[in-house]
Amino acid sequence: MSALASLPPKPLVATAAASLASRARWKPAEIAFWLATVASIFLLPSKHLILTEIAILGLFALSLDLILGYAGIVSLGHAAFFGFGAYAAGILAKYGIIKEPVLALLASGVLAAALGFVTSFLVLRGSDLTRLMVTLGVALVLREIANQLDITGGADGLQGVVMEPILGHFPFDMFGRTAYIYSLVTLFVLFLIARRIVNSPFGLSLRSIKGNPLRAAAIGIHVNGRLVTIYTIAAAYAGIAGALLTQSTQFASLSVLDFERSADVMLIVIIGGTGYLYGGLIGAVLFKLVQDYLANVNPQYWQFWLGLILVMMIMFGRVYGAIMAALIFAICTWTRLPFMQSIVFTLVVLAVLGIARPQILAVTSRITERAAAIQTRLRARLARKPAER
Amino acid sequence: MLTILFDGIAYGMLLFVVSCGLAVTLGLMNFVNLAHGAFAMAGGYITVILVNRLGLPFLASLPLAFAFTAIIGAVFERTLYVHVYTKSHLEQVLFTIGLVFMSVAAVDYVMGSQQQFVSIPSYLQGQINFFGVGIGRYRLLIILVCGLLTVALQFALASTRFGARLRAAVDDARVARGLGINVNAVFAITFAVGSGLAGLGGALGAEILGLDPHFPLKFLIYFLIVVTVGGTSSITGPFIASLVLGIGDVAGKYYVPQFGSFVIYTIMIVVLIWRPQGLFSRAVAK
Amino acid sequence: MAPALQTQGLVKQFGGIIATNDVTLTVEKGARHALIGPNGAGKTTVINLLTGVLRPTAGRIVLEGRDITDLEAYKRVGLGLARTFQINQLFADLTPLETIGLAVSERMQLGRQWWRLPGSKPVVIEESVDILNRFGLTDAMNERTATLPYGKQRLLEIALAIACRPNVLLLDEPAAGVPEAERHGILDAVAALPSDVTVLLIEHDMDIVFSFADRISVLVNGELFVEGTPEEVAQDPRVKAVYLGEEAHDA
Repeated sequence: MSALASLPPKPLVATAAASLASRARWKPAEIAFWLATVASIFLLPSKHLILTEIAILGLFALSLDLILGYAGIVSLGHAAFFGFGAYAAGILAKYGIIKEPVLALLASGVLAAALGFVTSFLVLRGSDLTRLMVTLGVALVLREIANQLDITGGADGLQGVVMEPILGHFPFDMFGRTAYIYSLVTLFVLFLIARRIVNSPFGLSLRSIKGNPLRAAAIGIHVNGRLVTIYTIAAAYAGIAGALLTQSTQFASLSVLDFERSADVMLIVIIGGTGYLYGGLIGAVLFKLVQDYLANVNPQYWQFWLGLILVMMIMFGRVYGAIMAALIFAICTWTRLPFMQSIVFTLVVLAVLGIARPQILAVTSRITERAAAIQTRLRARLARKPAER
Repeated sequence: MLTILFDGIAYGMLLFVVSCGLAVTLGLMNFVNLAHGAFAMAGGYITVILVNRLGLPFLASLPLAFAFTAIIGAVFERTLYVHVYTKSHLEQVLFTIGLVFMSVAAVDYVMGSQQQFVSIPSYLQGQINFFGVGIGRYRLLIILVCGLLTVALQFALASTRFGARLRAAVDDARVARGLGINVNAVFAITFAVGSGLAGLGGALGAEILGLDPHFPLKFLIYFLIVVTVGGTSSITGPFIASLVLGIGDVAGKYYVPQFGSFVIYTIMIVVLIWRPQGLFSRAVAK
Repeated sequence: MAPALQTQGLVKQFGGIIATNDVTLTVEKGARHALIGPNGAGKTTVINLLTGVLRPTAGRIVLEGRDITDLEAYKRVGLGLARTFQINQLFADLTPLETIGLAVSERMQLGRQWWRLPGSKPVVIEESVDILNRFGLTDAMNERTATLPYGKQRLLEIALAIACRPNVLLLDEPAAGVPEAERHGILDAVAALPSDVTVLLIEHDMDIVFSFADRISVLVNGELFVEGTPEEVAQDPRVKAVYLGEEAHDA
């Protein structure tokens, strides 16, 4: 080992370059995912309204994943930016400030980004708990302001929003087809940008800050600057998601700033998994489908089951927890248990599961080990096959 | 003017009794329990059932509300919460939000979504005229009960053997175990008492705070403000914070209703940025 | 010519406790300077003050003639001051290649670029692979850092500081916790550091100090106690009393 070591061998450099680039390569599953979304436009024409909601929710969750999954910033008030964008788009359209929807969408994003930039300085310091509280506080302050102002319509919401045709050519139709395609295109474009960002040197530095901010600073990374940047970008994304909601529903109410909205988006990202961009999108699909289904079975009370999923996922891990919550729900549904008895049954089961948690965890970890072993064996066999031929 | 001050004190005292359990779990056990308000709600609904449906005297139902909520708290602590103590704050937050969602939906179904009122006996209604200041009898009761509880709590933490064990268990659970202290039991009892106090506060406050299924979410931020602004290293901090918040909120809603809760949230953010450990906690050298 | 690194009357207080007391230290250019002292003498506090993790209560820090006392930690790195940590501070989820590449691209001011893929700049890759090669880490360059054996992680810890291409390098107990069998790998890496890099070594192990350093400062209870060549320090009776005495006692 010498300081004057000659340049490293060329093949090694080539391998290194290839392996760094491989992370950013498009995988078949990704292409399939986006093809499926395109297909949904034509195959599910009657579902465009809920699909639009999913696309918007997915964009909102993508925004949270940018700060939570890549930079490690927890937030219980991400609805602040969503709501800000929603009201911005509504006000721009209602008062005819910017009539063209795409321009208004961009303007809403810029406004939300400005808010994100200003409030980002509040989340730079402090523990997770402080960040959770501060973000929650910011969202509450905004909700209070929206409640008091005249321009937002207060508690009645912002009514009388009329949208011009997109780019002057594509009017919003009553079946939601235009709105869905519009939302999907927006989501896809913003996804591409986000994908570029997280795979860049900037994205790498974010991951390093999430992993170890002390060391990141010690190799010369301006930690606070990077956090401010990504928080601002994420705010813009959330703002655009909110603006899409207003534009597609032609209405904005205080619920865009609700605590439940912040909690839901956090739940979505947790369900789908953080730090790989698709987590938010997959989480949004699952969340909306489950919500839609539960709301049909138990109108009004579906939040009970949502809460159960959360509790189980934290207690038994993402996958097993969700499966167990689904099992409890399935038992209640199949036996046609009235909701009252379902509550009692669920609580009893929860208590029993809680007491038996160590044993259950032992079983689930053994299943995970088995599954991993089978997976490696399968992969080895698949890798060998082509070589034998 | 003095009436508003008096109402504010009563409101603040209520907030303190409800939040002190949260201060204990957060400060001493480092556990973020966003479902704390659900226990207060439970106390409120238990009182509604006992008084309105079963016809129990209001005063007799208060200790029962405490006892029932404490039992519920103990059961939840032993079966569920105990597994989450060692998880990250984010996971604790998600877990307890899940519990809040469940409690909101369940109560909504069982009790209905409308606001509930406890029938307050006639001798607690109306005002006493005290040197020209109108003092609500019911608010006087709240101040008395909460004041007594505060003194008792301070005494229990500072001067009893249990208080000493609790402080030891919190300082270093492993050492405390080595000294023969049953840390799990200490935590369970603390959690149960904290829940019970929340339940009692909910029972007393049903009239003033308003009781409906969304109670845990509506007041969550108030409890959190008390705890974050007051700090968690003693109970004096949350006590002062509760009083200031109570008086400020009542006075603010009376004099400058257009500001709503805006000022209070802003103060919370400022305090969190300026002194993340709370205004009244001593700076810890580290 | 200004010294590589200088402190004047450096003081750090935590509440009522004085962790660093009036430390005035000069590290000459190209020196192999060791800072030694018994446990709890405040060696790591000095490093944290020098690198900007902590702010001094009083005193000045001068890097190559430039006052950096109030400069943020990351800016000091840009001026050529890098460090390693006593306890590994690595990025568990990144690979060694990503880790080193990150440091190299930050140094080249490319770290804020968001439109480019890492790996698309040949200069960055070549230098990263070169550094990994020098530290014998190319075999493991695509593994998750968290899965590397401890000795490799320790090497990466030093390689990461080198990737910042420092003029002054602060090594905080580079061999701490490394098993005997892998120790020489670390020591070789330290010995092979380019001679134009000024090194301030914090160390507890006397063998390493005396085989490496050309100048030694002894820190006791946060104060500079003795400074001199290895021979002078080894012969100083006061040092023997407080430090080598303890060392003999340990053995």
